[in-house]
Amino acid sequence: MHLSPDQIVYWQMGFLKLNATIVFTWLVILLLVVMSVLVTRHLSTNLQRSRWQNLLEVVVITINKQIEEVGLSQPHKYLGFLGSLFLFIAVCALGTMIPGFEPPTGSLSTTAALALCVLVAVPLFGIQEQGLARYLSTYAKPTIIMLPFNIISEVSRTLALAVRLFGNMMSGAMILAILLTITPFLFPIVMTLLGLLTGIVQAYIFFILATVYIAAATRTQEFSARDIAQP
Amino acid sequence: MLIDWFTVIAQLVNFLLLVWLLKRFLYQPILSTIDAREKRIADEFADADAKRTQAEQQGELYRHKNQVFDQQRMEKMNKVSAESSAEKARLLAAVREEANALRTKLLQALQDEQRSLQVTLRDRAQQEIFEIARKTLKDLADAPLETSMVAVFIRRLRELTGPEKAHFQAGFKDIESPVIVRSAFDLSEQQRGLISEAITALINPSVKIQFETAPELISGIEMNANGQKVAWSIADYLTTLTQRVNQVMQSRDEQNTEQGSHDKHL
Repeated sequence: MHLSPDQIVYWQMGFLKLNATIVFTWLVILLLVVMSVLVTRHLSTNLQRSRWQNLLEVVVITINKQIEEVGLSQPHKYLGFLGSLFLFIAVCALGTMIPGFEPPTGSLSTTAALALCVLVAVPLFGIQEQGLARYLSTYAKPTIIMLPFNIISEVSRTLALAVRLFGNMMSGAMILAILLTITPFLFPIVMTLLGLLTGIVQAYIFFILATVYIAAATRTQEFSARDIAQP
Repeated sequence: MLIDWFTVIAQLVNFLLLVWLLKRFLYQPILSTIDAREKRIADEFADADAKRTQAEQQGELYRHKNQVFDQQRMEKMNKVSAESSAEKARLLAAVREEANALRTKLLQALQDEQRSLQVTLRDRAQQEIFEIARKTLKDLADAPLETSMVAVFIRRLRELTGPEKAHFQAGFKDIESPVIVRSAFDLSEQQRGLISEAITALINPSVKIQFETAPELISGIEMNANGQKVAWSIADYLTTLTQRVNQVMQSRDEQNTEQGSHDKHL
């Protein structure tokens, strides 16, 4: 019984080690990339196209639209990062259906890494959009007193992202393991279904929260201008 | 410890790698394809719009041409109609004129025929009337009448006076051929003697007198010699009457002809 796939180590040499988290992450990456390459190798610009192309187009367009609906006016710029977040987490959640699959998102190391990515990406996109000084000044708003609270908020929400995803994914896998030992037949299937649902929902939540954070970081100026315009 | 920092770093790298790979192999191709398709659809729409605009322009052009064509056709139809009406009127006038001419000609022919018939009838009636008169008088003529006529003839010879007598005498003065006296009936010796006596008294005593019978005189007597003639007979009267009647009819015909031509001119 292990709480995290980090604990399953296949190979280790000093600090370096190859655990289940990294291996299954590679598998997921491989799956996504191979599928993308296979489908995008014969892309059609005609009105008739393959089902796989249709599927990928639907996925990409849906993610694009979600980003746009949250408030980012140029979704193409954020599609690479945010779309990859969603697809990675979603594929990891779907993979739980396969026996023996250890979802990498069930590891706090993975979720922490993803949360760190978001933590870094938010100021990066903010600075790219507004410039360094203006972005940093948003931490001191409305007053300089709010600076430490804003920083704490930034860190705590990153932590919350990581722990929320980890908790949900880990709990799903954990509950499944426990139930398998108690009631081996019907009940785990139901729980697997529920785990699929919660996994996809978590992927959506992680993706949407990251999008909202980035949108908030890049639209601060607009909000300020609107606040000034409407006293 | 739930967090393995090596794994965190590895996952960070893995995730960044995933981002790069998906960007390279998924998002860019798919987005490019979608953009290309949207562009193509937009192009097709633009092309369709252009073609529709062109079609509308052409439709408008053809509608305009149709209107012009209709107008021209209407004008030509009106022109042809007017021309045909004028031609019809002209032809009708010509036909009417020709018909009038033919009718006038026919009328004139009828009038001529009528006139000719009238003339024929009149001549025939005239001939018949004179024939009847001649026949009647011929039937009535007999010896006493003949005698009376001889007496009248002798009296006329004797009653000749003045220039008439001189003229008569001059006409018969130097003749050598006999004087022929013709009568409708045979004259008696007495009558011949009276006649010879009267003639010799008028001309000269040596003149020869020859008597002939001519029934066509009807009733009467005539004397002629050397182209000179003295006659008194019913036939002579009838001839004179016929000549006068003919003169009257001829003058009336001329008047009718003049009036007819005058009417025609009117």
